[in-house]
Amino acid sequence: MKHELTCIRCPIGCQLTVEVEGEAVTVTGNSCPRGAEYGKKEVTAPTRTVTGSVRVTGGELPLASVKTATDVPKEKVMDVMAEIRKCRVTAPVKIGDVVIADVAGTGADVVATRTIKAI
Amino acid sequence: MKQYNIVIIGGGPAGLAAALSAKEHGIDDILILERDERLGGILNQCIHNGFGLHTFKEELTGPEYAERYIDKVLAAGIPYKLNATVADISPDKEVLYVTAEEGAVTVKADAVILAMGCRERPRGALGLPGFRQAGVYTAGTAQRLMNIEGYMVGKEAVILGSGDIGLIMARRMTLAGATVKAVAELMPYSGGLKRNIVQCLDDFGIPLLLSHTVTRIHGKERVTGVTLSQVGADRKPIPGTEEFYPCDTLLLSCGLLPENELSKTAGVKLDPVTGGAEVTDTLETSVPGIFSCGNVLHVHDLVDNVSKEAALAGQKAAEYVQNGCKAAEGAGIRLRGESGVRYTVPQSIVLAQADEKIVVRMRVGDVFRDKALVVYADGKELKRQKKRIMAPGEMEEVTLLRESLAPDTKEIVLRVEG
Repeated sequence: MKHELTCIRCPIGCQLTVEVEGEAVTVTGNSCPRGAEYGKKEVTAPTRTVTGSVRVTGGELPLASVKTATDVPKEKVMDVMAEIRKCRVTAPVKIGDVVIADVAGTGADVVATRTIKAI
Repeated sequence: MKQYNIVIIGGGPAGLAAALSAKEHGIDDILILERDERLGGILNQCIHNGFGLHTFKEELTGPEYAERYIDKVLAAGIPYKLNATVADISPDKEVLYVTAEEGAVTVKADAVILAMGCRERPRGALGLPGFRQAGVYTAGTAQRLMNIEGYMVGKEAVILGSGDIGLIMARRMTLAGATVKAVAELMPYSGGLKRNIVQCLDDFGIPLLLSHTVTRIHGKERVTGVTLSQVGADRKPIPGTEEFYPCDTLLLSCGLLPENELSKTAGVKLDPVTGGAEVTDTLETSVPGIFSCGNVLHVHDLVDNVSKEAALAGQKAAEYVQNGCKAAEGAGIRLRGESGVRYTVPQSIVLAQADEKIVVRMRVGDVFRDKALVVYADGKELKRQKKRIMAPGEMEEVTLLRESLAPDTKEIVLRVEG
């Protein structure tokens, strides 16, 4: 399998070609080792931090922004978002509070990224 | 009339960092004036991550980055007013602000720091044809509606302009369940950060159409679709390339403009390229004692650079007050960009007052590969930095050493060379 992607480890943005043959992964087009590492991870086990917001009842604002405390597998991003969209919390919310534990079975917690006072 | 050492206009990332730095440099008598109902500025609606890699060595979301600075400002006991709109700044630094509780109040400042940020280029400035139907938003307005107010702006969107906010909103709308049909960019390159193109468009298979623009917005009450056309080298639509995209929403991410109406009332001289003030190496404007920093000075890509620049403005404003509010002495060395360098900030260096290291920030006007950024002092090469890539969307930076500049230097020129 051949994959074409743009490296984002620095502003140069090398066009990488990543070839997967069984266990062997070869990266070409990179100009540094960080590019090779990026290409390999993007093709074999890509991960993302997911950010969003959840509804708050009784707060100074209607929404609290949230993120996954650690990266989650890329193919789980939409499942994570579906849980975030369903989530409701009650004020007060403190930055760092866990609003969803082990979201979508990823092992990552969703935490608040802002403080919302109760009113 | 109430008197302050330093009045800071704006409580966003620039204003907060400037206030903290002024305090650290020995000034207690500070007032931050913020027109929104909370501190933090635009960071409050930037709920995505990627902030603070330089400042905090970790990737934070916008609200987290803001909260760290707000907590420090509160801990330092720096006074601030919310819902306070500044209506006028006079050249002798009288600041008129308005709040619901106090009405119109004028205060006098020894030094003023301009930290008002920037605005988005609105639809009216783009000359887009069509009715004034609902469903056309600037990307930042849509971001505020979705992330702060909690409204979904539409179900099917097209985005014009590939600035960072537009790219971020393409991902945000997709994650919220909407479909983003395409991002159209007038220029043959994107003005956004590469990371955002990959993680906000490529991740979701959203096409980026370079050299394309909107030639018609359909629908009378609400957007029903847009026509996109390819543009030629002259950036004019090519007849016959029109393609119809059904959608209910058009987001505009077509550039940011420093918000300098107040700077003008103070008589501050503006740079026609940046749209911000002309400043010296201490970030002082043409009006002695008025300093400028952050997106009101020139639009930044990274908040980390805003915080750094604003900290310098805070320090220099503090020193100005401590030195008895004396104007800088001696003529400045002019700085200017040419051959690919669109502008420099600062626009001049006053050697007598300059720090040992002077950071010059700039933007280039095109994508350059394997070129060099070259600094000339009165025609003599002073410094040459090889660059694998330079792009309009990524701000460049060169550090000059004071000792490398002869006292009689008249002009420093920055160029892109092959």
